[in-house]
Amino acid sequence: MTLVARPYDLPISPQDLRSPGRLGMMLLIATEASFFVYLLFSYFYLASMARGSWPPDGNPALRLSLPNTIILIVSSGTMWWAEAGIKRGQQGRLRLGLLVTLLLGLLFLALQGLEYSHQKFTPATHAYGSLFFTITGFHGAHVAAGLLMNIFVQARAWAGHFTATRHLALSNVALYWHFVDIVWIIVFLSLYISPRLG
Amino acid sequence: MAITTTPTAPVERLARTWETAPGLYGILATVDHKKIGKRYIVTALVFFLAGGIEAAFMRTQLIHSNLHLLDAEEYNQIFTMHGVTMLFLFASPILSGFSNYLWPLMIGARDMAFPRVNALSYWTFLLAGIFIYTSFLIGQAPDGGWFAYVPMTERTYSPGLNIDFYALGLIFITISTTVGAVNFVVTFFKMRAPGMSLNRVPIIMWGTLSASVAIIFALPALSAACVMLYFDRRFGMHFFDPAEGGHPLLWQHLFWMFGHPWVYIIVLPAIGLASDMIPTFARRPLAGYTFVALSTITTAILGFGVWVHHMFATGLPMLATTFFSAASMMIAIPSGVSIFAWIATIWHGRPVFRTPFLFLIGFIVLFVIGGVSGVMTAAVPFDWQLTDNYFVVAHLHYVLIGINVFPVFAALYYWLPKMTGRMLSERYGRWVFWLMFIGANLAFFPMHISGMLGMPRRIYTYQSGLGWDTINLITSIGAYVFALGVLLFLLDFFRSLVVGPEAGDNPWDAPTLEWSVSSPPPPYNFAVIPTVRSRHPLWEDRLGEAHHTLLGTGPVLDRGRETFGTSALDSDAYEILQMPEDSIWPVMLAAMMTVTFYGLLFGVWWLAILGLVLVILSLAGWCWPTPLREEELDLLPEEG
Repeated sequence: MTLVARPYDLPISPQDLRSPGRLGMMLLIATEASFFVYLLFSYFYLASMARGSWPPDGNPALRLSLPNTIILIVSSGTMWWAEAGIKRGQQGRLRLGLLVTLLLGLLFLALQGLEYSHQKFTPATHAYGSLFFTITGFHGAHVAAGLLMNIFVQARAWAGHFTATRHLALSNVALYWHFVDIVWIIVFLSLYISPRLG
Repeated sequence: MAITTTPTAPVERLARTWETAPGLYGILATVDHKKIGKRYIVTALVFFLAGGIEAAFMRTQLIHSNLHLLDAEEYNQIFTMHGVTMLFLFASPILSGFSNYLWPLMIGARDMAFPRVNALSYWTFLLAGIFIYTSFLIGQAPDGGWFAYVPMTERTYSPGLNIDFYALGLIFITISTTVGAVNFVVTFFKMRAPGMSLNRVPIIMWGTLSASVAIIFALPALSAACVMLYFDRRFGMHFFDPAEGGHPLLWQHLFWMFGHPWVYIIVLPAIGLASDMIPTFARRPLAGYTFVALSTITTAILGFGVWVHHMFATGLPMLATTFFSAASMMIAIPSGVSIFAWIATIWHGRPVFRTPFLFLIGFIVLFVIGGVSGVMTAAVPFDWQLTDNYFVVAHLHYVLIGINVFPVFAALYYWLPKMTGRMLSERYGRWVFWLMFIGANLAFFPMHISGMLGMPRRIYTYQSGLGWDTINLITSIGAYVFALGVLLFLLDFFRSLVVGPEAGDNPWDAPTLEWSVSSPPPPYNFAVIPTVRSRHPLWEDRLGEAHHTLLGTGPVLDRGRETFGTSALDSDAYEILQMPEDSIWPVMLAAMMTVTFYGLLFGVWWLAILGLVLVILSLAGWCWPTPLREEELDLLPEEG
C-alpha cells in the first residue's frame, strides 16, 4: 500500500481561469443573461401584438441614452485597464481603474435617473411603460450590483489582497461588469434603436 | 514542494478536519454535502407528505357527487398547493438531495465545488417552502392552479395575497434551484477524481448535469413571468392586460418556456438514478451507456422546443401548433432509446428481484403508459378534445409518479442503507411496492376514462347522474391505497433505524465508488483519493478489466480541507483545491432574503429595503476572505 501525502507538485487553489470560481461566475452570467432574453422576448412579443403605434408615445429620446451608452462602454475599458494593471502587479493602477469605473457607473445611474424623471409615461401608464421601466430598471439594478461588487473588491484592493497571480475575485467582478455593459448595448439596440428601423 | 509519503492514512486528522462542529453552530453552519443531501431528502419528503394530505382532501371531496367538505375556494387552494408542493418542493429538491449526497461519493471527491453555495441552496429551499406554506396561516394560499393563468390571477379577479405568495414564493425557490444547478455543473466539470473521464461517470451525473443546464437557461423565464405578475398586481403595471397593450398569452408563453423544460428537470436525474440502479440488480453493466447518456442530453435540449404543446387550445396559428406537435412527438425517440437500454440490460442480465428493483420495474411500466398518453396529447386534434380534463391529469400523474416518485422510492430503498448504515425490510418493502403500484394504477388509470367522459380538471364537486361516480370512487380508493404504501414505508424507515440489519459497505454488491466507503461514510468521504480506471470500479475483477481502479493507494491530501481539481474531459488532476470551512453566512443570507420577501409580500417597503441591505451585507461577509491558517500559508507559492 503506497500512500502519498501530497502527490505531485500541484498548485494549491491557483486563481486562474480554470478555477471553479471562474466557471461559477460564467454560469451565473449565463442565467442572468437568460433573464434578460426573456424580458426582451416579452418586449418584442408585445410589440408584435400592438394594435396602435409602438412605442405609443414616440421613440425614446437618444439625448441622454446615447451619451450614457458611451459612458458605460468607456467604463468597461477602465475596468479592463485596472485588471490589466494587477496582472502586472501594479496596485496603484488597479485602485485607480476601479475608482474611475465606479464613478462612471454612478454617472450612468444618475443620468438614467434623470431620463426617468423626464419620461412622459410611468410603469402604470401602458404595457410599453411597464416594459420600458422593468427592462431598464432591472439593468440598472445590475449596474448597482456591479458597483457594489466594485466597492467590495476596491476595499480588498486597498487592503492589498490582490497580487499579479492571485486576483480571481477581481477578474470575476470585471467579467460581470463587462456582462452588464453588453446587456446594456443589447437593451439600447432593442429599446432605443429598433423602433427607429421600422 | 517535496513529495512526502506516509505509512497509513491519517484518518483521525482527516476526520478532525472535515467534521462539522457540534451544537447549534454546527447545525446552522455545516457545509458537509452529506448532511445537506440528507436534509434535502427529509425536507422534500415532509413536503411530499403535505402534498399527499392535500391530495387526500381532494380525493375525499370527489369520492362521490355533490360533496361539500371543502367549498370551492378551499378546494382551489388545496389543488393549487398540491401542484406547487409536489412540483417545486418535492420532485426537484428530492433529486437535488440525492445528487448532493451521492455526487462527491460517486466521483471520488470530498465535497461539492461550492460547499457554502450548497448550504445556501438548502436553506433557501427550506425557507421558500415555509414562506409559501405560511399562506395557509392567513387563509390565503395560492388558488390559481400551479400555472396561475392570467387574467384570473390579476389583482382585479384575485384581490387577496394568494397569488402574491405564489409569485414571490416561486421567485424565492428559483434562487435555491439556480445556485444549486451552478454548483452541480461546476462540480461535474472540475471535481471528479483523477481518471474518472467523461465516459466513466455514473448516469445520474449526466441526468443532473442536463437538468442543471436546463435550469440555468429555463428558470429565468419563470422568474421573469412571476416578476411581471407581481408588478401587475402590486404596482398596477399592464404586462398581461390587453386593454393597455399587454397580452394574457405572454404569461402562458413565459410560463411554459420554463414549464416544459421543468418536466425534464424533474425526471432526468430520476432516470439517471434508475439507470445506475438497474445494472446492480441485473448483475451486469448498463447496455448502451453512451446512448443513454446522449439521450438524456437530447431530451433536455428538445425540452426547450415543445412549450407550445401546453397551449394548443389558445388559437395559435396551425403552422405553429403543427411544428410543436412534431417536436413533442420527437421526444419519444430519446425516451425510447433509454427504455430499450434498460430492457436490454435486464434481458441479458440475471435479475435479482429485491425491493428497489421492483420499484424500477414499476417505473418502466408507468413510464411507458405515461409516454403513450403523452404522444397522444402531442397530437393537436386529440389534445383539443382532452385539454383541461382528467385525461391530462392522468397523463401527468403517470409521468411524474412513474418517472419521479418510483425511481425516488427505489433510490430510497437502495441508498438509505448507505446514509443510515441500516437496511430496510425486504418484506415490508414488497408490501410498500405493491400498495404503491396498485394504488397508482387504480387511482390514475381510471382518470383517462373520466377525462374522456368529459370530467373537467379542478372542479370542486360534480352533479350525480353524469356517470362519473363509480370512476371517482375507484380513483379515490386507489389514492388511499397509494397513501397506505407511503405510510408503511415511513414506518419501515423508522423501524429500520432501530432494528434494521447493519448494511455494511456494499450490501447490494454494486459497482460504483460510493459503495467502497463505510455506511454511513466518514466526514472526509475517502481517506485516500481514488484513481479511477473504469466505469464500474468495484466490478473490475469479474468483468476482466485490464486496468484496476486504485482504492486505498495514492494521494491523501490532508493539510486542511483539500480535494483535487481536475480537467473537464480526461479528469487529470491539475490543482489541489482548498475547500471552505463551515460558515454561518449561507443561513444568514437565506434568512435575510426571507425578510425581503415578506416585505415585498405585504408591501412593507422599509422591511424589504432593510432585508435587501442585510442581504448585501451578508454577501459581503460571506465573500470577505478569512485569514489563512499557518499550514495553508506554508503552501502558498512564492510571489515572483
